[in-house]
Amino acid sequence: MRVGVVTFPGTLDDVDAQRAVRYADGEAVPLWHGDHDLQGVDAVIVPGGFSYGDYLRAGAIARFAPVMREVVEAANKGMPVLGICNGFQVLTEAHLLPGALTRNHKLHFVCRDQWLRVENTSTAWTTRYDRDAEILVPLKSGEGGYQADDDTLKQLEDEHRVVFRYVGENPNGSRNDIAGITNARGNVVGLMPHPEHAVDALTGPTDDGLGMFLSLLDTVVKA
Amino acid sequence: MIDTVKNAESTPDQEQPYKELGLKDDEYARVKEILGRRPTDAELAMYSVMWSEHCSYKSSKVHLKYFGDTTTDEMRAKMLAGIGENAGVVDIGDGWAVTFKVESHNHPSYVEPYQGAATGVGGIVRDVLAMGARPLAVMDPLRFGRPDAEDTRRVLPGIVAGVGGYGNCLGLPNIGGEVVFDESYQGNPLVNALCVGAMRVEDLHLAHASGTGNKVILYGARTGLDGIGGVSVLASETFDDTAGKRKKLPSVQVGDPFTEKVLIECSLELFAKGLVAGIQDLGGAGLSCATSELASAGDGGMRVHLDRVPLRAENMTPAEILSSESQERMCAVVEAHNVEAFMAVCAKWDVIATEIGEVTEGDRLVITFHDEVVVDVPPRTVAHEGPVYHRPIERPADQDDLRANTPDSLPRPAEEELLDLVKTMAASPNLASRKWVTQQYDRYVRGGTVLAQPSDGGMIRIDEETGRGVALSTDCNGRYTRLDPYEGAKLALAEAYRNVATTGATPVAVTNCLNFGSPEDPAVMWQFEQAVKGLADGCAELGIPVTGGNVSFYNQTGSTAILPTPVVGVLGVIDDVRRRIPTGIGAEAGETLLLLGETRDEFGGSEWAHHVHGHLGGLPPKVDLKREKLLGEVLVAGSRDGMISAAHDLSEGGLAQALVETCLIGEVGARVFPEGDLFTALFSESAGRVLVAVPRTEEQRFTDMCTARRLPWRKVGVVDPESQALEVQGLGEIPLDELREAWEGTLPALFG
Repeated sequence: MRVGVVTFPGTLDDVDAQRAVRYADGEAVPLWHGDHDLQGVDAVIVPGGFSYGDYLRAGAIARFAPVMREVVEAANKGMPVLGICNGFQVLTEAHLLPGALTRNHKLHFVCRDQWLRVENTSTAWTTRYDRDAEILVPLKSGEGGYQADDDTLKQLEDEHRVVFRYVGENPNGSRNDIAGITNARGNVVGLMPHPEHAVDALTGPTDDGLGMFLSLLDTVVKA
Repeated sequence: MIDTVKNAESTPDQEQPYKELGLKDDEYARVKEILGRRPTDAELAMYSVMWSEHCSYKSSKVHLKYFGDTTTDEMRAKMLAGIGENAGVVDIGDGWAVTFKVESHNHPSYVEPYQGAATGVGGIVRDVLAMGARPLAVMDPLRFGRPDAEDTRRVLPGIVAGVGGYGNCLGLPNIGGEVVFDESYQGNPLVNALCVGAMRVEDLHLAHASGTGNKVILYGARTGLDGIGGVSVLASETFDDTAGKRKKLPSVQVGDPFTEKVLIECSLELFAKGLVAGIQDLGGAGLSCATSELASAGDGGMRVHLDRVPLRAENMTPAEILSSESQERMCAVVEAHNVEAFMAVCAKWDVIATEIGEVTEGDRLVITFHDEVVVDVPPRTVAHEGPVYHRPIERPADQDDLRANTPDSLPRPAEEELLDLVKTMAASPNLASRKWVTQQYDRYVRGGTVLAQPSDGGMIRIDEETGRGVALSTDCNGRYTRLDPYEGAKLALAEAYRNVATTGATPVAVTNCLNFGSPEDPAVMWQFEQAVKGLADGCAELGIPVTGGNVSFYNQTGSTAILPTPVVGVLGVIDDVRRRIPTGIGAEAGETLLLLGETRDEFGGSEWAHHVHGHLGGLPPKVDLKREKLLGEVLVAGSRDGMISAAHDLSEGGLAQALVETCLIGEVGARVFPEGDLFTALFSESAGRVLVAVPRTEEQRFTDMCTARRLPWRKVGVVDPESQALEVQGLGEIPLDELREAWEGTLPALFG
């Protein structure tokens, strides 16, 4: 399994995403923002950070990066794509996923260990979880509040496209406590919390996040 | 008109605003003597900023020498670079070198909390980068005035947001630090920033400019008018006459963490490709500092073309360009044949890089501006041969009264009040949970964080193959230091040392950030001298060297100085981070709680005296560094043999606070049975103590080891996984929910 990990200037969690791929016995392939080249990978992770400084709006500039044109094209053809935190913001800006992420309702950056409920276990990235399993992974973001209009929310709920939901107190004002969603096809998933920081209980709160990368392994092997 | 050397020679009597720039009459006279003429505006700007207290250490130098005098060859054995370099470097084994340093950014953070704190982080990270290391983590020891004061509500949220905003965007985990409240910091908060980085031993880069013909390349952000500070005196003189009024920018620098992140990655690629012969970060004093230090460190001279510096403001004068403290800039010395490759790496990262000069024959630093010479100086006179003062020293007149006013006369609580006191103390601003602060910091990025707040020390993994890592802690109790600066500095060292040992790591090196009042006050200089001696003597006793440090003077409001605050940072090494000792109990089924060390009736400078009685007097707790060393060895041995399942250092708030924290962090209850006078047992702040949890199966083996090594120990309780309460035998119990509400409620209630 070869998994591309995109690096924009200002990407921070690329080393973590690469490590998570390795922990799932995959080969991590660094993808440079300026290249029109996915190097034949089986899947792509757009990791967290502050791409291009996020000065205009989180993810707003990154969506125009040359590599993103290739990612969007591949995703539309069914390649598994995962956006984590800033990567989720980039995927919404690139219209691979609906909605937008806004400033946390309390206006502070929040870094904490967060319980999530896995509500959709049929995406390319979540098959290894039991439905309604609760997992503990880090959340760390200043603009993590998920927003979408009522119709979009209804559609997401009706089609069971809410993949992860916050358990307990809503940490950032996300509508419907949404932590992560998928596209209609189930190959693209975006979430604000960081499964790649929860692949080893030594350095994370748990290894609950590893399931996402192992799920991908199953998806790629099946494909 | 630009003030050139030629102009200065022909107008020897022109008046210059040297006093406004902070130079004394005799210092100005010395500059003239060195140059054999009056300085140009640009030279005056350079000398005034480089000879400032901040850059030249002119009041502290004679005292800091003591660190070197007390460091033995044996202590130096693992030190690869020490005091005088951008940051100290220590060999930690497996071919890894670790560099760490802490620096103050106090005054800017009071003026502009967010940017002051943010650029404090940015500056220390570049110091570590300039050693050739990848920055790996940061920590921030912070001190504020009264928590309920209105100004604290302005300063604290801004500083915390600035530390987080910059560090988070830079992608460095924040793994610890301090938040302390004391009235003395009301008009003078302390923002100290620590960074730790690592490199392979062979990749160590020192600031050198040797090699005639080597090119000097400035890369990173453009140079602007921010952070110019005092030099604007020169600007206004020049410009009010000719160009009319000009907008002055704030003298606090403005940070751009995204640019710094790119600068780090770009620099590391440049190092990895061997394209850098010498490197210097641009921090305080900007190009003045970088060019004079690089030139001093080499064996030749240097020529710099100032007009080539990329600017972000129009009509900047040479003095302004030299003094600008615009952030996110580095200066490299590059061999001529590597320039092209150097530029290619910078282009890949979209980093602006400009060849601004070259290393020359001779020993002068010559700076031109559109082909006219504006600076022509011996660089060492700027960078290293500044004035040195022997400031008057006098023991403060009130020191004896302060020490005579012991806490013995303070009313102590009755036994039935003790449980309430446990809660009251847990909720007190200095002991309450720091979560409101630390959850604004990313502690996970890069995936190497093994321990972070609220653990006693932060720990990061350096080598993913072997598991080798380092632990760090910074500490200082300013009240102890006020009561006895010599012993207080040793106590700060003892606590940082103990905190590192409590994680299972072996302490190996020390850094410091010495925050004091005005050096012109003999009483402050006495505190300073005593603290330096205490710290140096303490390090000699423990056998670990001071590898670097920073001095911040003039921390006072009017004539009232802050509590003397020598923040001590200790670095420890652990061969495998998988054996780290966690802080919370309950990880193993059936644990016994042991208290290592001795408890005495010691309340001078304690949190209890401070919080309950607003009292400061008497003597601080006794410090015994031999005991601290033994305690450290026992903890490391216990960790190595898997005998310890959790450990927590006892410090402010004593055993009671340690129990509250270890229960809440582990989310399990405990039953404890302290002996003797319960108030003393629970709240005394005797040093040299650690609370450890050992699995019942290891209890005999561990206590036998303590006994054999003559480390006093006592069984003080058991962990009770079934209980959700802290029970103190003879007093009753407090539900953990209640304790959590007390401990975690305070800072959110104060700061929202």
